[in-house]
Amino acid sequence: MAARLVSLALLIVAWYVGAHFAGPRQLPDPQAVALAIANEASSGDLFVNLGVTLLRVGLSFAIAMALGAAMGFAMGRSRLADRLGDPWLVVLLNLPALVIIVLAYIWMGLTEAAAIAAVALNKIPIAIVTVREGARSLDQGLDEMAQVFRMGRWARMRHVVLPQLAPYLAAAARSGLSLVWKIVLVVEWLGRPNGVGFEIGVAFQLFDVTKILAYALAFVAVMLLIETFLVQPLERHVSRWRPRTA
Amino acid sequence: MRVEAPVRLEVAIKHKSYSAATGGSLQIISGLTLSLRNGEVGALVGPSGCGKTTLLRIIAGLDRNFEGTVQLPDHGRLGVVFQEPRLLPWRTLEQNVRLAAPQVSDATLDALFGALGLASHRHHYPGELSLGLARRVALARAFAVDPDLLLLDEPFVSLDDALALRLRDELIDLVNRRPVTTLLVTHNLDEAIALADRVFLLTASPARVVAEIPIENPRTHRSPEEIAVVRAQIASKRKEVVV
Repeated sequence: MAARLVSLALLIVAWYVGAHFAGPRQLPDPQAVALAIANEASSGDLFVNLGVTLLRVGLSFAIAMALGAAMGFAMGRSRLADRLGDPWLVVLLNLPALVIIVLAYIWMGLTEAAAIAAVALNKIPIAIVTVREGARSLDQGLDEMAQVFRMGRWARMRHVVLPQLAPYLAAAARSGLSLVWKIVLVVEWLGRPNGVGFEIGVAFQLFDVTKILAYALAFVAVMLLIETFLVQPLERHVSRWRPRTA
Repeated sequence: MRVEAPVRLEVAIKHKSYSAATGGSLQIISGLTLSLRNGEVGALVGPSGCGKTTLLRIIAGLDRNFEGTVQLPDHGRLGVVFQEPRLLPWRTLEQNVRLAAPQVSDATLDALFGALGLASHRHHYPGELSLGLARRVALARAFAVDPDLLLLDEPFVSLDDALALRLRDELIDLVNRRPVTTLLVTHNLDEAIALADRVFLLTASPARVVAEIPIENPRTHRSPEEIAVVRAQIASKRKEVVV
């Protein structure tokens, strides 16, 4: 914990030093950014924009994880599903995020559905690849055990399969959450009238570095809270059976 | 009390082979027949690699790629103890047993855990146990389903002799308390003679039954000397299969 605080303090010191040499137009100092955050917060804009962006992140993340996990599981368990799905997967994996976003806006209009679909489509192939790996490495011995003791379909899923997939789902969720929020900002910039991405787009046109940093840092703080109070406790709960290593 | 169904196991396998990695096929079992009457304990003895585990997997319904027939007890519930304990590492011992046997009563579970010396471990996770304890949990799980047919695949292998002997006694105790048709695979002839009512001697691959030896004396009355006598009888019958 102490090491983390020292490291954070060093980052802020480096920022001050950088701000001193670069000047306030290129890099405002931490104080100025904090003030800008406070201003945006007092007008209420900050919370509206953060809330809207968070909602988009949550929705597209949930859709991408649900579809990605289901398809990844199917492809990991069935050779046929893997053969059928793999070419699509390769195409999606290698299609640049920007192309998916632009096409979604052209085909579906500048709508909320297009924005969320574009973000989800960017995340789905990565979730598929991770979960497929997990489904391929399921323990056959435990599967046979469940079979001879005639465990029901739901019990097998919950007590035999999901705990084995948990590390893969956690990895997909971790990398997915950070990827999704980065892409959501691009989507907002290109075709939404609000959200953190939209505000950063406006600030870019005015070369307002203070505002850009204010919104970026505020959102990073939100994600940090989610990580600390949601993701980590969940991981601890899921891995409670593992013998502790120092 | 459970109503006794006419339980019986009847196995007739004409042919079972694997396709080898190098091409061609490898004959594992050929012309093997065996049957067990209600409540009988049978032991399959044979050299390692002779196809005993394959036979058990066929009977358990895990391998359907064979020529022949397997007749299980009607609506038979299976209790299986695999060579490895195969416990769910993310569930406690009690949850492991209850997941396989959802209908088990608290009293039965208490009795089982007590008999196998697991009472103080019920809320532990399998990763916190020694192999000996984990094997006992696997035994408890197989008994908890109140099986019509119990299949045991070398349940005491890779345990030290003293522990294997103790677990063997515990198993004898459990089988005597509630008779259940049981098929045990082992490469240890003494173990087979100590536990079984009927010993099936198998040849090396392809496996088939070369001798079926009934053992008259009840399980609880078999001293090491008597086991040695039966062993000598079997040895004189079939020199090549003694292991």
